[in-house]
Amino acid sequence: MPSRKLTAALMAATILTGATAAQAETLRLLTWGSYAPEEVVKLFEEKYPDIDVEVTFSNNEEMIAKLRATGGAGYDLAQPSHDRIYAAQLEYNIYKPMDLSKIDTSVMQPKLLDGVKANTTIDGAVYSVPHQWGTSGLMADKTKAPDVKGWGDLCDPKYAGKTSMRLKRTILLGTAFAMGEDPFAAYADLDKYQAILDKVVDKLIACKDNIKTYWKGGDDLSALMLSGEVIASETWDSTAYRLYNQNPNIVFVPPETGALAWIDTFTLPRKGKADEAAYKWINFVLQPEIVKLMSASTGSAAAVKGSKELLPDDKKAAFAAAFSDEDIANLQFFANIPPGVEDMEGKALEKIKAATGG
Amino acid sequence: MNASHDYDLECTGVSKNFGRLRAVDEVSFKIPSGSFFSILGPSGCGKTTLMRMIAGFEDPTAGDVKIKGTSVLNTPPNKRNVKMVFQHLALFPMMNVYENIAYGLRCNGAGKAEIEQKVKRVLERIALPDVGEREIHQLSGGQKQRIAIARCMVLDPDVLLLDEPLGALDLKLREAMKIELKLLQHQFNTTFVYITHDQSEALVMSDNVAVMNHGKFEQIGSPQQLYHNPASAFVAGFVGDANRWKGRVLEAAGGGIRVETAAGLGLVGTAGSGQSPQTGDTVEVFVRPEFIRTGKGGAAPAANHNHLEGVVDSLLFNGANSRVLVRTGSGELIEADVTLTGGADDVQPGETVILTWSPDQALCFAARADR
Amino acid sequence: MSQSDIKRLSLILLFMPFALWILLLIVLPHIGMGVLALREKVAPRVYEFGFGNFIEFLQEPIYWNTLLRTGSMSLLVTALALLAGFPIAYYIAKVAGWRTRGALFLLCLVPLWVSDLIRAFGWILLLRETGVVSSMLQTIGLLNAPVELLYNDVTVVIGLVYTVILFMIVPLVSTLDGMDDAMIEAGYNLGGNGWTVLRRIIIPYAMPGIVSGCIIVFMLTAGSYLTPILLGGKNSSWFTETIYEQFITRYNWESGAAFGFLLLAFTSFVVWLGLKLSRQTLAGTIARS
Repeated sequence: MPSRKLTAALMAATILTGATAAQAETLRLLTWGSYAPEEVVKLFEEKYPDIDVEVTFSNNEEMIAKLRATGGAGYDLAQPSHDRIYAAQLEYNIYKPMDLSKIDTSVMQPKLLDGVKANTTIDGAVYSVPHQWGTSGLMADKTKAPDVKGWGDLCDPKYAGKTSMRLKRTILLGTAFAMGEDPFAAYADLDKYQAILDKVVDKLIACKDNIKTYWKGGDDLSALMLSGEVIASETWDSTAYRLYNQNPNIVFVPPETGALAWIDTFTLPRKGKADEAAYKWINFVLQPEIVKLMSASTGSAAAVKGSKELLPDDKKAAFAAAFSDEDIANLQFFANIPPGVEDMEGKALEKIKAATGG
Repeated sequence: MNASHDYDLECTGVSKNFGRLRAVDEVSFKIPSGSFFSILGPSGCGKTTLMRMIAGFEDPTAGDVKIKGTSVLNTPPNKRNVKMVFQHLALFPMMNVYENIAYGLRCNGAGKAEIEQKVKRVLERIALPDVGEREIHQLSGGQKQRIAIARCMVLDPDVLLLDEPLGALDLKLREAMKIELKLLQHQFNTTFVYITHDQSEALVMSDNVAVMNHGKFEQIGSPQQLYHNPASAFVAGFVGDANRWKGRVLEAAGGGIRVETAAGLGLVGTAGSGQSPQTGDTVEVFVRPEFIRTGKGGAAPAANHNHLEGVVDSLLFNGANSRVLVRTGSGELIEADVTLTGGADDVQPGETVILTWSPDQALCFAARADR
Repeated sequence: MSQSDIKRLSLILLFMPFALWILLLIVLPHIGMGVLALREKVAPRVYEFGFGNFIEFLQEPIYWNTLLRTGSMSLLVTALALLAGFPIAYYIAKVAGWRTRGALFLLCLVPLWVSDLIRAFGWILLLRETGVVSSMLQTIGLLNAPVELLYNDVTVVIGLVYTVILFMIVPLVSTLDGMDDAMIEAGYNLGGNGWTVLRRIIIPYAMPGIVSGCIIVFMLTAGSYLTPILLGGKNSSWFTETIYEQFITRYNWESGAAFGFLLLAFTSFVVWLGLKLSRQTLAGTIARS
């Protein structure tokens, strides 16, 4: 029977490939677009010649969707934001606890480390450590919109048709803060949070006429700002810093209620196969000289001590132009998203999108 | 003016150029009302182009087309009362028979009752009264043919053009349809202009036939005239069968012309219509097989008849139309009609026979240098 | 092994890739989606069997409004693609010479050589407030202030028509190609004017091509994602976006799967309705071309 021969051949082939894979360890990294620059990967592979690094670029939502689809298999190290660990773990069981003894936590900024630990501890086990952090806030062209100070200013009729935002949860939270609410505190009481959301939805629907369009990614936001079609927008700080280099009139503005800060973490997928390699990668990229390379690529600061000094010069200038010490003290870290909130926020966003103008 | 009304269709000096190619070259003819007129010619002779100019799908480069005495040059095809049966009939496959016939009436703005009545009547006239609800693909080849004609005739056209509509039919049906077409034409009493490359179709059906070659009409006449008095070598060769020899005139005296073929065969013939060959000219001689008598010797031939001895090469048995191929001493093959009865008198291959024919049946035409 | 065994074996082997493809890539995922769609999320990691996801769709006007909006805009795109594609197809099939035909087909194909994303960005570059069209209109003096041509439904419709028109043209060309020119001439010869010939002969003849083109275009449009998202403005929601949001942003695979089935059912219904109204069958249209 030829088919039996074929099966045998296929099995042999499978075993052979399996064998070669076992010789050199592979570290499968699931991370953000700029979080594994080629240079860093090269240096890592030079230091650990028996480890191959495979990188998949993604974002928070897709990372969780991918891990959910496989029950936490397929990757050895993921980098979701700190607020995307707790509920996702409770609901889908896709991560595994970390062995902090294998990580040199002494180089990390204690405030960030403790914050992440507090957010990602389930049944006494810690699931994540911080890597990069940054903020979401506002960006404005100083010459055309000098008075932009808070989230609500995007809805100022003065700038009608010349503002933009991303229709995602950040703007819901920012608007809630601008209205004097504390949405993170309300996470504990979802009814209260719903009441806040309803107010936010009304406000953002009324604001719709003022908005030119909702931006969808860093590229179209950059084009909108640089062309002058938009003069004030919600933004990620890294995008604002990049634009500052091209047009120093465009600055990042931490809203008066505080910029919303996120921390991207290191987290182990539940069925990851190369934990040791993952720990090696974590320790490797926390070294000062690597942090410098990494920050040049990501545009964000690492969660290590003295990271501000390790920013590339141009980013340092943009950062200085944006943040005062007060602003840093005023940061609002994204709180853990409890189960159910994604649905509430999703509906709120759908309502805003579906509403026909204010 | 009045006289021209006797003609349903009249073309004067019609020409058509496609780029540098002259497809139709100064063609003029008149077709009397109610007659069956055929245009016969080999493919590529320009007959289809001529028909398309009459229907209005092409504009003539020069000349005029008159229908019932009125020029239609500036009339678009859908306003000309000239209907056309297409080569592949072009029945509309998405409509049933009734709708196909009613289409033209609808275009003319006829009322519902009128349409119903007219379609019914035309279907009766073509002897297919019950096919109205059928789809086109349910019809036989002959039925399709008749529907295509009915679809035109229901509109009462001045002239009906038919573009080789029998070409796609098998032989038996084609024979039957020839007769049927002729009968239909009589019945409707409309002028039919029939295009074909098949001389038998043209001869059987037509009152008058125009033989067309290289964009020009070679001859217009009744089938008998074409057959017996061809006006040119082309007509003589194209209409009906003929033995054909090329030779040089040895002597041209009165009506009789002595010719010697290239192979050395000596013949006596008559000048074709309008021909006056001189001694030394190159001519083509045409003799139809049915005018050649095949004998086994015995009876002496008439004094001035051509007579040749040859050996039967092969028999071409075809019932009443049987022929024999005879190889002459000079090596040429001659085709002649024979009657084969199946008896012992029949000629057999290998036998020596004597062929005789009258000089009147051997027509000589000046050979054209260019062909 | 006998000759017939070998024949049977080779038939099975030939059929195998197709069967595997159908089973692994079409049937199994749909069963999975179906199971998912019928699961209701009660609490974290707790699910119940039920139709809650579908009921939620019916109770939330935003969802079915979006679906209806997607459907009606897809119909509009289909109609416009037909209106714009028919003359082009007619020209290619009936008027153009052999050599021009190839070139014209190629011209229609060119946009497909770049990805959806690039095409959408192309439109963005052209139509934005500071884009090519706006500045050109200002240069030639037709406008005295920049105009925003992007971020509205008209742009979405134009972009979609541009993306899908080839799929309308190809089946139309292939049906019109099969039409004997004599049919059109017969239409005129029997007294029809241009309009009658178009309405009573060409269009009925091309109907299978029209219907199959419309089905393909409608399905492609209703299922498209990038073009409506990138060109659409703040009010233009598209149902595929809603499905994406359910799956990715809201982690709600259950209702995402249910919405996916609803989109499939809705577009299938529209196609069925279209076939009924035009008195065509699927076998006579799509399968033929």
